[in-house]
Amino acid sequence: MKTIKRALGILWIASGLAAGYYLIVSQAIPQFSSGRSEDLVPAIIYTFILMPIITGGLCIFGWYALRGEYDD
Amino acid sequence: MTNRPNQTAGSANGKTLWKVIGASSLGTLIEWYDFYIFGSLALVISTKFFPPDNPTAAFLSTLATFAAGFVVRPFGALFFGRLGDLIGRKYTFLVTLLLMGLATCAIGLVPGYETIGFAAPVIVLILRLLQGLALGGEYGGAATYVAEHSEPDKRGFRTSWIQTTATFGLFISLAVIMLTKSSMSAEAFDDWGWRVPFLVSSVMVVVSYFIRRNMEESPLFKKAKAEGNTSSNPLKESFGKKYNFKFVLLALFGATMGQGVIWYTGQFYALSFLQNVCKVDFDQTNYIIGAALLAGTGFFVFFGWLSDRVGRKPIMLAGMLLAILTYRPIYDRIYQLTDPATKTELIEQQRTEGDTTVRVYDDGSVLTAVETAGTVKQSIHVGSGTFISLVWLVFIQVIYVTMVYGPIAAFLVEMFPVRIRYTSMSLPYHIGNGIFGGLLPAVATYLVNRAQTASAQPDAGWLSADKPYLAGLWYPIIIAGFSFVIGLLYLKRKNQDVQ
Repeated sequence: MKTIKRALGILWIASGLAAGYYLIVSQAIPQFSSGRSEDLVPAIIYTFILMPIITGGLCIFGWYALRGEYDD
Repeated sequence: MTNRPNQTAGSANGKTLWKVIGASSLGTLIEWYDFYIFGSLALVISTKFFPPDNPTAAFLSTLATFAAGFVVRPFGALFFGRLGDLIGRKYTFLVTLLLMGLATCAIGLVPGYETIGFAAPVIVLILRLLQGLALGGEYGGAATYVAEHSEPDKRGFRTSWIQTTATFGLFISLAVIMLTKSSMSAEAFDDWGWRVPFLVSSVMVVVSYFIRRNMEESPLFKKAKAEGNTSSNPLKESFGKKYNFKFVLLALFGATMGQGVIWYTGQFYALSFLQNVCKVDFDQTNYIIGAALLAGTGFFVFFGWLSDRVGRKPIMLAGMLLAILTYRPIYDRIYQLTDPATKTELIEQQRTEGDTTVRVYDDGSVLTAVETAGTVKQSIHVGSGTFISLVWLVFIQVIYVTMVYGPIAAFLVEMFPVRIRYTSMSLPYHIGNGIFGGLLPAVATYLVNRAQTASAQPDAGWLSADKPYLAGLWYPIIIAGFSFVIGLLYLKRKNQDVQ
């Protein structure tokens, strides 16, 4: 079980990075550059709220898991 | 996670405990009520405070304001959580209660866009942000306060009363709105009646304030303070030290993130899906949700009680798994039940008056189509058999909500030590609920619209969905799926102690 917990740390880090890429490249950038005012709020939420929480949080969580911080 | 030594130092006697639970729950209930009337009246508010020339833009603006109310909640958790760990639980959640009450009452008094122009939406946005801040500080305080008074083997049961308040607050908000609407003409409600539910809040807040004011501080916090064991910098200790921060992340990704999306799917998305996708009559939708909430609310207490016996983790994870597996069949059934194409029309009862066409179906459903400026607005009032089926389908979702939400206050409180508990538990709770959950209606609506647009194009490719109206469910299913796996692997099964 400890090995699985640690190995999955890589998955959490990868998921965080993939989510960050999706939020910024596929969502936020097109919305920032659309020029429509109703797109601005979601773009700001993606960039400054969701991306830091999901990418930052999952990467740190995955790193801790990889390091065995959740073994016990 | 280490097991902390068993203690009962904070346990109050039975009578005091019920006073503690009553005072805490009442205040939290009012805060949820205040918070939800804005969402429940989103359509009316959009026409009053946002530029009326484009109704869709106005509605999206309101959703954005709604999202702003949610996004700001974690900041309230940080601000008031820190205060709660520095000066005490009682005074902090008195402040959040008053702040919420003032902001809500003020929304009911702001003149509309037609009267003061662009200042109206700006003021409403600011007040909505204040509501979000207050709510961010309230829940953690109430949960911590009750848990620190409770016996160790009844903590899930005692704190589950706090958990009923969110659903009950939504129920009361719907009830007050329906009552107000039924007591006046539609024109009067649209003109000024929608303000009444906001103003009613001020009375409830004053009553709750005086009840809470006479309560004692949490015994565990008093003890920690007397011994000099409170934190001088709860934010740094909560999030700047790996030993604690890793549990904040675990609480977020292994529990509150999944719990948040299930909570909002079972209550808000069900409401939005019935109204916007299925086009069920506005009043009837509120009755469906209200009946399901009323029938399901007692299960918060049941699952809180059960979590004291079998552990918090198995119940919360079972709720997540059931939701993941059954959301699509449930929502597909809701859609089929309300789809006029699946019903037999009684042609002889069809009638047209001006721009309005009324069709009657064999199950008692009545479809009203109003054509205005080239667009047709449909609304279906379902028959009694379909009504009961819809209540049942929403009720099943409310049961999932009670499974993941009933034990979570005790679960979060037990993860963190007294000195930084308010701060540490509030942040993951409000990120999970406020951000992952609160953005659900907007994200799910976006996914449905995108799938419907893509499906209408011949070269849609992978974006084409067999049932585009179900596309919005991918958001809660994926988020809850992540949370389920993380919770299953990394959370401890055994309940922890609070010190």
